[in-house]
Amino acid sequence: MKRWTIGKVMLILLLTLASISFIYPFLWMMGGTVKPEAEVMNFSPFGSTFTLDSYKSMIEKIPIFRSLFNSLLVSVISTASVLLLCSMTGYALARLKFRGRNTIFNIILFTMVLPFQLTLIPLYVLMVKMGWVDSYMALILPYTMSPFAILLFRQYFMAVPQDLIDAARLDGLNEFGILFRIFWPLSKPALITVGIIHFMGIWNEALWPLIVIRQESMMPMPQMVTLFAVGGQAESQVGTQLAAAAIMTLPIIVTYLFLQRHFIASMATSGLKG
Amino acid sequence: MNAATQKTGKMKVRGASAREAQAGFSLTTPYFIFFGLFVAYPLIFSFVLVFHHWSIVGPLEWAGLNNFKELMGDGLFWRSILNTLYFIIIHVPLQVAVALVLASVLNSKIPARGFFRAAFFLPVVVSGVAVTVLWRQMFSTNLGIFNQVLQLVGLGPVPWITDVGWAMPSIAVMATWKNVGLYVVLFLAGLQSVPQQLYEAADMDGATSVQKFLYITVPAINPVVVMVLILSTLNGFSLFIEPYVLTGGGPMNSTLSGVLYVYRQAFQFFRMGYAATIGFALAAVVMTVILLQRRFAEREV
Repeated sequence: MKRWTIGKVMLILLLTLASISFIYPFLWMMGGTVKPEAEVMNFSPFGSTFTLDSYKSMIEKIPIFRSLFNSLLVSVISTASVLLLCSMTGYALARLKFRGRNTIFNIILFTMVLPFQLTLIPLYVLMVKMGWVDSYMALILPYTMSPFAILLFRQYFMAVPQDLIDAARLDGLNEFGILFRIFWPLSKPALITVGIIHFMGIWNEALWPLIVIRQESMMPMPQMVTLFAVGGQAESQVGTQLAAAAIMTLPIIVTYLFLQRHFIASMATSGLKG
Repeated sequence: MNAATQKTGKMKVRGASAREAQAGFSLTTPYFIFFGLFVAYPLIFSFVLVFHHWSIVGPLEWAGLNNFKELMGDGLFWRSILNTLYFIIIHVPLQVAVALVLASVLNSKIPARGFFRAAFFLPVVVSGVAVTVLWRQMFSTNLGIFNQVLQLVGLGPVPWITDVGWAMPSIAVMATWKNVGLYVVLFLAGLQSVPQQLYEAADMDGATSVQKFLYITVPAINPVVVMVLILSTLNGFSLFIEPYVLTGGGPMNSTLSGVLYVYRQAFQFFRMGYAATIGFALAAVVMTVILLQRRFAEREV
């Protein structure tokens, strides 16, 4: 009995050490943004005095709020578009009989296994030809739909009883009405899952903006912070770099603290797409 | 039911199915446009690009198989493939091992499970850029907190990201730290679906916990392991922002990943045709590795 207790204590100790290793770097980062520059690299997250100098100097050097706005705008619009358009496609694939339905389904399965490395450069070429480089178009349009979201909606919608659809048709609802008045309210978990995964994906995306955006005023946060950190603009002031990273991280962490369960459940679902 | 109502019933159904087909077409139109523009066109154009030289301004220049010939003899390309595979070989087993240990411990009856799970998941939701900017400072050879800790026990300093031998393993460890929470959650779900009776039966037969783990747990969660292997391998092939921020591909190209090399050829040297060819080859490698993994895993199941 006693040995069992010691074993358990050891396990809890292991878990505690592990969670410290996952949390401490973020505490250190947040601490580093409000310490005097000379103390940023100290192990302790607490400095001798509290100062906002790092934030001030970061705000002077880069248009961080413009960038925050760009990120929000792009993430919100493309997430809304994915919810709308992919639920439409998912509904058609799940509940409507029409010629070509299986073809579309197979095409979607095919695009899911297509490595992005293959289409990255030609997609950039398309942006150039369309004149979308350095515009919101380039940041939003390629992210207006996602095969994963379509398949998730399709799967979810297949479980809705046919009686509901028949009754709604008798009441004179058209297919859009059925989708938005009957399927949407019944599919909140699917909407939340797609919403969280897609929003996070866009908010954190760095490679695509680095390719299609050159103008500082159009850059979303990950690109802005990357170029700030590696581009020498931060002049090796570690505190200002951490401040920029913190501005990008905080909104997500705060949202995560409130919606933790949804985040974990959603992203575990996204893991299933492979 | 008489013949007349049956007939009108059928007609109604036919009318409805025509309407249904109409609705089906209009609801899937956005996807057709999306697919044509952002999947089919780039896909077709990638086949055009690999046979041309092009600097994005000016016309395409026919190159025949020159891009492929250059690729075969391009030491940096092969280096980038090997680097990416090296990253995967360290990162994937490490990720699976750490995730499996943490998930198994979490699966035993332990207080504050929800808290631990949430803590492990924290880096998963944070952007890779923020994590890398943060770790770049922690990795610092002279001032970083890793070397501060090592110094306390009389070791180091380790040149984490400035040494040819250390840089890629350091990136692999950082990537594991960033992603492992997701795999803990996946494994945990797998572990919780193992029927409890199996363990009880094994207990009656006097099995040790190691035996139980090897003969009950591992076979039961095999599908999750396969999924995790494939997911983290795909992740490994998309390695880009970590070396871009940490090392720029250095020191001495030791962290130059495949995607980073594509980026470099396209946007530093403006060689779109060649960059597309590298992307093409990279995609072929990805597909091959994933197919091999699937086949191997299927034989195992």
